[in-house]
Amino acid sequence: MTITGGIDIGSSSIKLVVMENLSVVKRETVPATFRPLDTARDLLALVPEGSPAFATGFGRDLLDKEFSMPTITEIKAHALGARFLFPDCKTIIDIGGQDLKIINLDTKGKVARFEMNDRCAAGTGKFLEVMAQRLGYTLSDFGKAAEAGKDSVTISAMCTVFAESEVVGLMNRSFSREDISRALHRSVVKRITAMYKRLDSENSFTVVTGGGSRNSALLALLGETLCTIIHHSEDSQLAGALGCALSAIPSVVT
Amino acid sequence: MPEDYRTMWAELGLNLANHDKLMEVLGKVYAEIFMSQQNRPKKMEYLDFVMSEVHGLRIKELIDGKKQGRKVVGTYCTFVPEEIVIAANAVMVGLCAGADFSTEEVEKYLPKNLCALIKSTFGFKLGGVCPYLEASDLIVGENTCDGKKKAYEVFKSLVRDLYIMDLPQMKNDGARDLLRSEYDKFMARTEKLTGNKITVATLKKAIDIVNAKRKAVHRLSNLRTNKPVPISGLDSLLINQIFFYEDPIRFTAQISSLCDELEMRVKNKVGVASPETPRILISGCPMAVPNWKLPAIIETSGAVIVGEESCVGERGTRNLVDNTGNTLESLIDALVDRYLTIDCAIYTPNKERRDHIHEMAAKYKAEGVILYAIQFCAPYTVEALGIENELEKDGIPAIRIETDYSQEDVGQLKTRIQAFIERLKG
Repeated sequence: MTITGGIDIGSSSIKLVVMENLSVVKRETVPATFRPLDTARDLLALVPEGSPAFATGFGRDLLDKEFSMPTITEIKAHALGARFLFPDCKTIIDIGGQDLKIINLDTKGKVARFEMNDRCAAGTGKFLEVMAQRLGYTLSDFGKAAEAGKDSVTISAMCTVFAESEVVGLMNRSFSREDISRALHRSVVKRITAMYKRLDSENSFTVVTGGGSRNSALLALLGETLCTIIHHSEDSQLAGALGCALSAIPSVVT
Repeated sequence: MPEDYRTMWAELGLNLANHDKLMEVLGKVYAEIFMSQQNRPKKMEYLDFVMSEVHGLRIKELIDGKKQGRKVVGTYCTFVPEEIVIAANAVMVGLCAGADFSTEEVEKYLPKNLCALIKSTFGFKLGGVCPYLEASDLIVGENTCDGKKKAYEVFKSLVRDLYIMDLPQMKNDGARDLLRSEYDKFMARTEKLTGNKITVATLKKAIDIVNAKRKAVHRLSNLRTNKPVPISGLDSLLINQIFFYEDPIRFTAQISSLCDELEMRVKNKVGVASPETPRILISGCPMAVPNWKLPAIIETSGAVIVGEESCVGERGTRNLVDNTGNTLESLIDALVDRYLTIDCAIYTPNKERRDHIHEMAAKYKAEGVILYAIQFCAPYTVEALGIENELEKDGIPAIRIETDYSQEDVGQLKTRIQAFIERLKG
């Protein structure tokens, strides 16, 4: 019996997975606090003593430093996790709190090319979070509003700061909150599409991971724009932690 | 810091308070990045010494030379022929800067969205922190990219004597004629500055001095083809950076003796990293001191850099000048021939650069290529997309990195570089 753990210290949430014989037995998602190390320590208490665990995410170096825990990058972790959830997976769109990544897998399932946003928050969960707040929505209501909205307007700015002023302008021209929400989701989709196309990912088996996978409006618009089925599962947000737990299995050659 | 350096800096017109700040940061960063490396060659002590005295002893040398009439020519580009400067018994120093300084002052003169290298050049001038710039009797700008070209128009008002050299944009017969006439003009300007006439004998001797300096780094490069690699990419970059400041004859002697040590290392299979360590070629924009951000990330993430396709690297140092001519005409033509082979991205088309990257990847047994560009640098960012696709098609993993001199993107850069190295490890 092999028990392993995986932890993903993201910028907006921390995810933990415990696996036993290749099935997930524990899953936790908690908001990232201002003390990520304490949160991580609490979560890691759920991994049975002596079981190997790997870390990934923005805060992985912290765990390397504090607990000498082996680390892998989010890119490798999401690739492993997504492929575990969908064995046919060829392209991964990871919409995280502050990163957007597109990852292509080769025929053996290993990471081939990838694209990642640089320091800018365009196309990330942070962008949606800021915009939802500006419109007075919770994140889940924001998605619902986008689904209810019509395509009456386009947001051209992808930069969080510029988009916010554009939103203010549109509100003052009395566009509905729903339509603006939809336009904002489309703006994220546009950013994702450019990176997706750069990797020649068209028509490949595509999986969405990260917090963005919980936004059904985003998934629907992505599918429509990319003309492909967007695969996701309940565990999509945990893909990074899952990849770590898989990496920690001693016999699994990663 | 000896007191007479402070007097010297003050006399040069440096802003001592700013300069202290810069030196403090520089010293700290150097210690963190360079002194923490494992298993460095012993002869790197020379480079450590040169860096510790980069604003001290070397400047004193230049000033002492100036007192005896030896002029200093400051440059920003590998197209400015050092041979002509040396032939007129002057000293050439590189002025490119690799750190953000006085950013608020800079933005009075330049737009925010401009390459960090250009902004840094202005920052070092406006902050009064570069003794090389202040010691220069003539500063040579050149028409390479649009950013530099237009920035020099503004820079002219900030420095004493700025001379602009035109450069071709295509490699054809017209280009040869243009470069030839520019080198003739530059020769006349250098002669006027120094009062020394350039002769066949002085030019031949200068060609030999600079060729010897290049040969020393060629030897270093060849040693880096070995597995395990006997010297780190960071230390090699430092050598390529110091190439622009150090006395050429002393540099040649010191690097040659470093290479003797590296040869012993190769013989004894001693390296800075295990033979399995992924080998990386960097290609793109130049990295001026103290721009060590990306190489430091790469080499602390489990890979080793084996070559730099860069102006501060092989693009700038490869190819020698033919010294067999017996007339000034033929020697200057030989200079033109050699300098026209620099594959700067300002040229169009620029297939030679692509070929050279492929050639270097094979020669240095690089498993991956990192295409480095300074943010907003149109020539290198545009070329990078096509080159990346071409390399990938040929089975050589490649990644484009666009960044500037700030530290704010270090986290994201680390993730991207580490994921790239994970990919190379398979």
